[in-house]
Amino acid sequence: MASLNVLILVCLGYVVFLFGVAFASDRLAATRRIRWLRSPLIYTLSLSIYCTAWTFYGAVGYAARSGLEFVTIYLGPTLVMIGWWWGLRKLVRVGRSQRVTSIADLISSRFGKSNLLAICVTVLAVIAVTPYIALQLQSITLSFSIFAEGDPESFYREGSSAFWVAAGLAVFAILFGTRNLDANERHHGVVTAIAIEAVVKLLALLAVGVFVVWGIGGGIDPILQRIDQSEIGTWTIDKGRWATITFLAAAAFVCLPRMFQVMVVENDDERHLRMAAWAFPLYLLLMSLFVVPIAVVGLDLMPEGSNPDLFVLTIPLAQGEGGLAMLAFLGGFSSATSMVIVAAMALSTMVSNHIVMPIWLYSQGRGASVSGDVRNIVLFSRRVSIAVIMALGYFYFVFTGGGALASIGLIAFAGIAQILPALVGGLFWRGATRTGALVGLTIGFLLWLYTLLLPGIGSGLLSESVMTNGLFGWHWLRPDALFGITGLDPTVHSVMWSLSLNTVAFCLVSLLSFPSPLERLQGAQFVNVFDHSAGPRGWTGSVAQSEDLMIMSQRILGAREAQEFFHAEALQQGGRGVLPDPTPAFLERLERELGGSVGAAAAHAMIGQIVGGSSVSVQDLLAVADESAQLMEYSSQLEAKSSELSRTAHKLREANEKLTQISLQKDAFLSQVSHELRTPMTSIRAFSEILRDTDGLLPEDKTRYATIIHDEALRLTRLLDDLLDLSVLESGQVSLNLRDGRLDAVLDRALDSALAGSTGKLVVKRQKSTERIALRSDLDRLGQVFINLISNAQKYCDARDPVLTISVHDVGGQVVVDFIDNGSGIPTQAQSMVFEKFARVSSEKAGGAGLGLAICREIMQRLGGNVTYLTGQSGAAFRVSLATNQEMAAE
Amino acid sequence: MSVGPENETGPVQAPPVFLEKQSYRRRRLSDAARLLPIFGALLFAIPLLWPDGSGEGGQVPMSAAITYIFGVWALLIVVGGLFGIAARRWSGSDPGSSERG
Repeated sequence: MASLNVLILVCLGYVVFLFGVAFASDRLAATRRIRWLRSPLIYTLSLSIYCTAWTFYGAVGYAARSGLEFVTIYLGPTLVMIGWWWGLRKLVRVGRSQRVTSIADLISSRFGKSNLLAICVTVLAVIAVTPYIALQLQSITLSFSIFAEGDPESFYREGSSAFWVAAGLAVFAILFGTRNLDANERHHGVVTAIAIEAVVKLLALLAVGVFVVWGIGGGIDPILQRIDQSEIGTWTIDKGRWATITFLAAAAFVCLPRMFQVMVVENDDERHLRMAAWAFPLYLLLMSLFVVPIAVVGLDLMPEGSNPDLFVLTIPLAQGEGGLAMLAFLGGFSSATSMVIVAAMALSTMVSNHIVMPIWLYSQGRGASVSGDVRNIVLFSRRVSIAVIMALGYFYFVFTGGGALASIGLIAFAGIAQILPALVGGLFWRGATRTGALVGLTIGFLLWLYTLLLPGIGSGLLSESVMTNGLFGWHWLRPDALFGITGLDPTVHSVMWSLSLNTVAFCLVSLLSFPSPLERLQGAQFVNVFDHSAGPRGWTGSVAQSEDLMIMSQRILGAREAQEFFHAEALQQGGRGVLPDPTPAFLERLERELGGSVGAAAAHAMIGQIVGGSSVSVQDLLAVADESAQLMEYSSQLEAKSSELSRTAHKLREANEKLTQISLQKDAFLSQVSHELRTPMTSIRAFSEILRDTDGLLPEDKTRYATIIHDEALRLTRLLDDLLDLSVLESGQVSLNLRDGRLDAVLDRALDSALAGSTGKLVVKRQKSTERIALRSDLDRLGQVFINLISNAQKYCDARDPVLTISVHDVGGQVVVDFIDNGSGIPTQAQSMVFEKFARVSSEKAGGAGLGLAICREIMQRLGGNVTYLTGQSGAAFRVSLATNQEMAAE
Repeated sequence: MSVGPENETGPVQAPPVFLEKQSYRRRRLSDAARLLPIFGALLFAIPLLWPDGSGEGGQVPMSAAITYIFGVWALLIVVGGLFGIAARRWSGSDPGSSERG
């Protein structure tokens, strides 16, 4: 008989061995020689954490109590694995493409990254799994106590051993579960250790089974006969429980946080499922193959009242097979430890990601933009979470003392199965909404709490009156007979009500509520994951990562900068090669570097593409879209500014041209003016010199010369008057003397003064009836314009019988006065020039200074009208347009 | 996995109505894979029809029950394994999806 000390020594040795395996495979994973670490066999074996100590020890006890019902615990997962094409394939694909870290993360991602939902799932998982962890502690301490009973020299105390076991497991989980913050939450070391434990527990159970069948029972046929003769020898089954527990096990297999961790999060390659689909059911079959024989032989051999949960251990001990008992103990120990470690890791990830980190970030008030120290905070919070979860399990074990192993396990299953409607609905139904999931989950959770967990763990948590009379004294609310339906098995009753009401609420509320945009996008991504995600490639190996990163960085940062950056990193890492290893620190710095060029979200997505090999999530895309929207806005602002600048430049150019033109005009004007002044001055000087210097001039000559001088002086005066007039008009300093009058009167006066004293024979044709128009204007100035035009016709009309036609009519609501003579008109090339200063059509008929029409135009523009040359008439034709706001006489 | 019809129906172009013989076989294979768990669930439900031990009818001995359950179980594993091999062969013949593990 092995003493307790030897047992503890073996136990510690085994743990050290597992440490070594985990450590070595972590190192191997880091140095990239990990091909076998990622084999489907390891994946299949890691799934075996489904088989906990409950399975290892409890299945035999279960069989001893209820016959073949224990097998339903395995049939459910078998059907799920066989049907991987339905669900698991999609679940794994979604988990990988969405970089899911836990089941809570998956549910929250699906329903629009709702952290409330994640918190609910996390709380539910912690409450459901804590008893399960306690169960493992109980099984380990029970197995210790079995050995302690056979060792009289030991000082064994159950409580302290449970404490040390819990502490040891917490340390192991912390050491290997939170050593680094892997972006993908993968832990090669732990997974490998679990695979080894899976082999150990299978071998242990098979060894005990073989010993029982062939060593004690004497072969297959005798043992079958023995089974038929035993107290569980006939097929007796509670049909409801058979179906319910099969379903429950299937649901829990998918929803349990630790199963989700190894099945989805730690999955390296979707194709591993193909092997696991048949290999894991085979593992389960082997695990349960000898359960009934062991139970039957135990019932036969062991004394009345011995715990059937421990037959696996007690039968070899009773038969004096110390080595076999030791192996069985190690098998049970493996089952318990692997489950506890993975469950604590998975739960701590959930707790720290969805509860601790949001609170911490919120309390920091800086949002998620801080980097660097966050990783340490996350690791720290995970470690604390693991410790807290283990402590919870320990206290649960201490205070309840544990019941039959199987019943606690089923309670945990029923609790965790409440996630199933939200999970399945989220994967297959695009109409599932966050509110629906939340309501369904809450209802299911409360019903499970009320009908199964609180009555199940007993110890007076629900008072006797509630149990017999129902909540608030309402009879139909009795925990074991909701709505008055009695006689059901408690598990069946609870699972039926909680899951069906959960599903109904989930569907109804989903139908009635409306999802947010992010939720709808995520829903489409999840439900149609095979349309969106890449093929079943494994996560991109780390071999080519640095090179890919280098290529990408060169494109973004520029070749020289990228090479310098990578070289500096490689030197900092110890200069093992040209390229640095893609460590988290390096990736973080690179992401920051790239973020400076392309924005944080885009950089994150790019690095995620290369390192994670996962597809970009909707949130990433939204962030990228936000950034590009900002960029676009910025560039459109730039564009607006630049077009404004070019407009300004254009205006400046125009102004410059105008100024140049004006300067040229001024020069031309000055030379014109000096020329115009010089001509009369020359004649005045010449004739005054003649008058002064020539003696004996005839009186008539003197008179003639004086007349010439006088005429020229008059001409000068007229010119200066005109110039003065023009400059006053042009400078805008003219004051208009607005009066009311009539057009015909103005024309009459103008004709009178223009034709007065003239010897010409100009005939003026008018149509007086059209001229009776009242107007308000500066009548003197208007008359001045008319006079100018009439005297022009008088001067320049070259017809033999000059006729001037003055017609008044309405053009588009504007009163115009046309002055058309029957002369040869103004040559086409001169038409554009007639309104310029000093423009004279023909030099031989120079009468004025050539300022008349320029003054006319200025006057009319001051008066709000215009003077234009009318083309297409027989002679010279001018049109005076009066201001548009003329009041039309009603005559 | 290129066996699923989902991968063959791109979001842009409409899927062809008729497929080549190989693709057709491949789809029926995935149909079979989908049917397998339903078939298994039915087989595992058959013991519910067996006469209960409490009744006076012919009782089913435990050894027969064990043989039946484990027989069905083994059958499912074998069929599942065959399907896995077939799926592997088909995907192995696809370019660009070489087996790694």
